[in-house]
Amino acid sequence: MADKIFRVNMSTLSTAIEDVPADWNGLGGRGLTSTIVAAEVEPTCHPLGGKNKLVFAPGLLSGTVAANSGRLSVGAKSPLTGTIKEANAGGTAAQMLARIGCKALIIEGLPEGDTWYNILISADTITLSEETELVGKGNFDIVTAVQARTSAKHGIMAIGPAGEMKMLSANISIKDPDSRLRSCGRGGLGAVMGSKQIKYIAIEPTDAKVEIADPDKFKEANRTFTKALVDNPISQALGTYGTNVLVNIINEAGALPTRNFTSGQFDGHEEISGETMHDTIVEREGKPKHNCHTGCVIQCSQIYNDVNKQYKTSGFEYESIWAMGADCCVDNLDQIAEADHLMDDIGIDTIETSVAMGVAMEGGVLEFGDGEGICRILREDIAKGTPLGRIIGCGAGSVGRAFGVTRVPVVKNQAIPAYDPRAIKGIGITYATSTQGADHTMGYTIATNILGVGGSVDPLSHEGQVELSRNLQIATAAIDSTGMCLFIAFAALDDETCLPALVDMINARFGINLVADDVTNLGISILKTERAFNQAAGFTNKDDRLPEFFSEEPIAPHNVVWDISDEEIDTFWDF
Amino acid sequence: MAAEDRISITVKLFAFFRDNRFIKQEQEFPAQTTVRDIILFQGIDPEEVGVTMINSRQCTLDRIPVQGDQLAIFPIIGGG
Repeated sequence: MADKIFRVNMSTLSTAIEDVPADWNGLGGRGLTSTIVAAEVEPTCHPLGGKNKLVFAPGLLSGTVAANSGRLSVGAKSPLTGTIKEANAGGTAAQMLARIGCKALIIEGLPEGDTWYNILISADTITLSEETELVGKGNFDIVTAVQARTSAKHGIMAIGPAGEMKMLSANISIKDPDSRLRSCGRGGLGAVMGSKQIKYIAIEPTDAKVEIADPDKFKEANRTFTKALVDNPISQALGTYGTNVLVNIINEAGALPTRNFTSGQFDGHEEISGETMHDTIVEREGKPKHNCHTGCVIQCSQIYNDVNKQYKTSGFEYESIWAMGADCCVDNLDQIAEADHLMDDIGIDTIETSVAMGVAMEGGVLEFGDGEGICRILREDIAKGTPLGRIIGCGAGSVGRAFGVTRVPVVKNQAIPAYDPRAIKGIGITYATSTQGADHTMGYTIATNILGVGGSVDPLSHEGQVELSRNLQIATAAIDSTGMCLFIAFAALDDETCLPALVDMINARFGINLVADDVTNLGISILKTERAFNQAAGFTNKDDRLPEFFSEEPIAPHNVVWDISDEEIDTFWDF
Repeated sequence: MAAEDRISITVKLFAFFRDNRFIKQEQEFPAQTTVRDIILFQGIDPEEVGVTMINSRQCTLDRIPVQGDQLAIFPIIGGG
């Protein structure tokens, strides 16, 4: 059965299942969402208007048994940044979409009136229905209710109240195998879904399997690939401490942005560290290790219980914990877990919202360290859409403008995450040049600047940072197209068997003959497509800059500023 | 060995290196002791070490710390 494009037009309330255009056949994940957005969306359009389109695409290997291949890409023009956007997440949706033969789901147009809708898709039908019961509900209630309506095995992609209110930090939540949530977090794609008045999309389970052109070759390549992942010591540490293992090393390196980016070290780092989190999880009978999608062999997620040993949150990530912790000076992991849970339910990006809270603290809205205050604002203002809630829910830039704060850590209006670019200069190049606003995952130089993965580049030097960021951004764009979790990169950078096995799997899946250079070229072509969209939307190299306070305010303990010249940043695009 | 030939170092351990050891400890070593020797002294296999930092700057295993340095020893870890 050939894959199809599933299309829903919300202006006409019509649906179609179409053949895949030949140009899109070799694409998946981010490569496909960005190609479709670039082909079908006017770059200058209003992101919340009728001309924007929301595109969901599983990766090239999603739906197969390939380890770690369950990432779903969602793309659109971002209402937060005004750039092209791709956000990806685990959960069950990517694998289920691939198995029903959905190469991509494109949602276009806007409905007239205030009616809300839900969508149910299966291998050969798209059903668009009016939704009333779940309007206003949080994501956890949505999952419970939709499973009761359909089955526990249905896939679900949903928005919470933040998406309904079109807050610019709203995310799209994806149901995981335990009926909990993963998030396509960044860039406000939940607001785009909210603008189209779609509360959730459910995917019908199927027994169908993804076709593999050469099953024996696929199996062999997957065995090699899985071994490379499992044997990698970083994978093992991720399964024990989660991504939050980074708090202490980034703090030690003097690059843990603290108190709204005014210091590089946080006195309360031990209290919020991965080590403390691990011990707390074990003591409370949670699970240090948990997979966000079937087939993940790294298992960096976890189940974090409250003091009464009841589930509180999962997918408790370093960046979320850093943002509510060090950046807002909250040293209480339980308060951070409560805020994480609330944000998942409201359906709002934990990085953007927590950095916005840090800016709000500087603006005098609440005190630094007030973890209870963060939870209160989430419950009473953001979830209910008060004017303050809407200001914070529209991100760090929005708070800075509303409260006259000049120290606002954003690039292209998207909050800078958990690594200070003054003390880790490679990541500053990624923040500045990424096609999607500040985003560490676009070119994770921390691997080489700090962790000693893929070689070593001194984080405080100018040397080699542009090249490092460029190579990683190209590789990331390609990995984001395969459906693979980005954490395969740790093995790929240091284990020579890993990447060839990944290419072999793609070849065996489709019966083609790619070589490593083809994968690099795919990454290059995605970045260029995305940049061309941004340029047509009005972005120039002047937008590829960090906020001026990074150049003016030295950060302790290294007392360094951002000092890579504009000319040097601009060489990023010399390829 | 004369007292002046010894130096005092703050050793910090992370992740599973803390198991049955410590988080942070002041330790004395003969001057000219390398980072590798200090790692071995903790009963840690240098092959398991991912990153070492002296005073928040990365260093090699051949580096010789001086009096008062803070040495942080991390296993091979990652995240993001």
